[in-house]
Amino acid sequence: MYKVSKDEAIKLLKQMMEIRKFEDKIMELLAKNIAEGGSHLYAGMEATGVGAISALRPDDYITSTHRGHGHAIAKDGDLKALMAEILGKKTGVCKGKGGSLHLADLSKGNLGANGIVGGSLGIATGAGLSIKLQKQDRVVVCFFGDGATNNGIFFECLNMASLWKLPVIYLCENNKYGMSVSVERASSVVDLTKKALAFDMPSESVDGQDVIAVKEIVSKWVNHARKGKGPSFIVSNTYRYYGHSRSDPRVYRTKEEEKFWKERDPIVLFSNKMMEEGILKENEIKEIDRETDKEIEEATEYAINSPLPDPEDLYTDLYV
Amino acid sequence: MKEITYRQALNEALDEEMTRDNKVFIFGEDVAIYGGAYGVTTGLLKKYGEQRVIDTPISENAIVGTALGAALTGMRPVAEIMYIDFIGLCMDQLNNQVAKIRYMFGGKCRVPLTLRTEGGAGRTLGAHHSQSLEAWLMHIPGIKVVMPATPADAKGLLKSSIREDNPIVFVEHKMLYNTKGQVPDDEYLTPIGTADIKKEGKDVTVITYSRMVLFSLQAAEALEKEGISAEVIDLRTLLPLDKETIKKSIMKTNRVVIVEEDTKTAGTGAEIGMTIIENCFDYLDAPVKRIAGADVPMPKAPNLEKIAIPSPESIAEGIREIMK
Repeated sequence: MYKVSKDEAIKLLKQMMEIRKFEDKIMELLAKNIAEGGSHLYAGMEATGVGAISALRPDDYITSTHRGHGHAIAKDGDLKALMAEILGKKTGVCKGKGGSLHLADLSKGNLGANGIVGGSLGIATGAGLSIKLQKQDRVVVCFFGDGATNNGIFFECLNMASLWKLPVIYLCENNKYGMSVSVERASSVVDLTKKALAFDMPSESVDGQDVIAVKEIVSKWVNHARKGKGPSFIVSNTYRYYGHSRSDPRVYRTKEEEKFWKERDPIVLFSNKMMEEGILKENEIKEIDRETDKEIEEATEYAINSPLPDPEDLYTDLYV
Repeated sequence: MKEITYRQALNEALDEEMTRDNKVFIFGEDVAIYGGAYGVTTGLLKKYGEQRVIDTPISENAIVGTALGAALTGMRPVAEIMYIDFIGLCMDQLNNQVAKIRYMFGGKCRVPLTLRTEGGAGRTLGAHHSQSLEAWLMHIPGIKVVMPATPADAKGLLKSSIREDNPIVFVEHKMLYNTKGQVPDDEYLTPIGTADIKKEGKDVTVITYSRMVLFSLQAAEALEKEGISAEVIDLRTLLPLDKETIKKSIMKTNRVVIVEEDTKTAGTGAEIGMTIIENCFDYLDAPVKRIAGADVPMPKAPNLEKIAIPSPESIAEGIREIMK
């Protein structure tokens, strides 16, 4: 069993809190129409992104999804630049040209969120190929949802990666719904780990609400990939608290189901565990909470007060 | 100068660039052992090995997506989609990912990706192996679309494409692979985005690209005997369009015919023609004329295939009409 150090516990908890508070703030800004457009929120799923990325080196790559704020924060993203990007500001991480669906920071190894379900599987697989061709020892974690496992590119990419033994960890965040359609209603195979069998790729599932469990399992497959042993497929079972996007009334799921999952809140679970094991004290957790509140307020203020891009920015950054 | 085929010219370009830069690799269906469906990559596997000339599964969407991932992380892929007809299978990756990623990321990445494909009619292959879909590609800001007609341009433009840090779709023509032409002995690059006047003339401007350049030159030669002097512009790059060369020629001739192999409705000629209306209206003495492919799926029957696209004769007839 993996033993977490105090420093690491603080880091993991802080990142999860940053994501939760960031997402709650975005929801608030959407409600006030300060944030315009759509936004797919990661609240509830923090343990998966944080646990998986904590198993990586800074020079490893990730690709993300339409629900990508959490991944961007966990991959050492700058809260101010991310918040500004979601508001379409010039100071955003993509200069206001990407937005919520396209958060990316190549300098941190984040090859980007994606507006197309399954859209980043090719990029992740290609980064894996690139690592192999350049004889590097990096790895790629490719995040995608349960919905993407029904998309053609999923099958094309898993086949290629397995065929060429590419250093890619395909991490399916199974949050039970592709927008409104449940896994049971969309996939002929409900145990999604079975989908890797067709490619002779090792696969297993993990409790996606348990940050340490996710970290352990991802670490195992990261080591496997780094040794040149090829790709793996992990299904992390998790749940999104908010709807698919802000306009979603969540008629496709029950209050009981939502309650069940909220009782398995990744932040509460981890906090309790750390206190039980005597690694963190309650007042220390409260301090992390306060600190995070402050950072989110600063990021929000920065984003709101940042300028929009200039009209002449319309035609820049298209070609080199 | 030396005389080589369009196929050899492309092969030389790949060979030279792979020697020059070890980040360049070839990636696609049947490109390695087989040497490419039309033989363009012949011999490269033997010379560069299977790490640099890679046969892929038949997975067009993943070919383009994977090439993009490699391009973002330090490599310089030359990916191949065997027929342009298959581009529908990878249009998501091409249109939504490859073309947009740099802009979406605020210019904070480069996409040195060349996507080779080939199109056009002429081998009676029917509706799934004969299309000219370049107008779809022209509609995508963020990529460049290159369509060479001669061996010299094919070589110089492919070398430039591979060296570009922008994504290029490089569209060859299946009926040009065996055509021959003069190619410089020394190394050279042909600039992307510049048209080339393949024949000077004073009475009428013919704007065209790819195989239709050869047909238009045949038509122009025939018309010389009738006293009509046609200037033939080979666009070479469709996106971005070389509007300056077009305008200069029309200012001189005051008449313009666009010759395109793709289907007429919302085809390349529609865009080129409208660009002319916007920029050159005052210089026109006659309406812009299009000679284009028929608005039908490409039929198999050789006689029907032939009349489904422009011919030297139909081009000459069109030019005669605009000169009346």
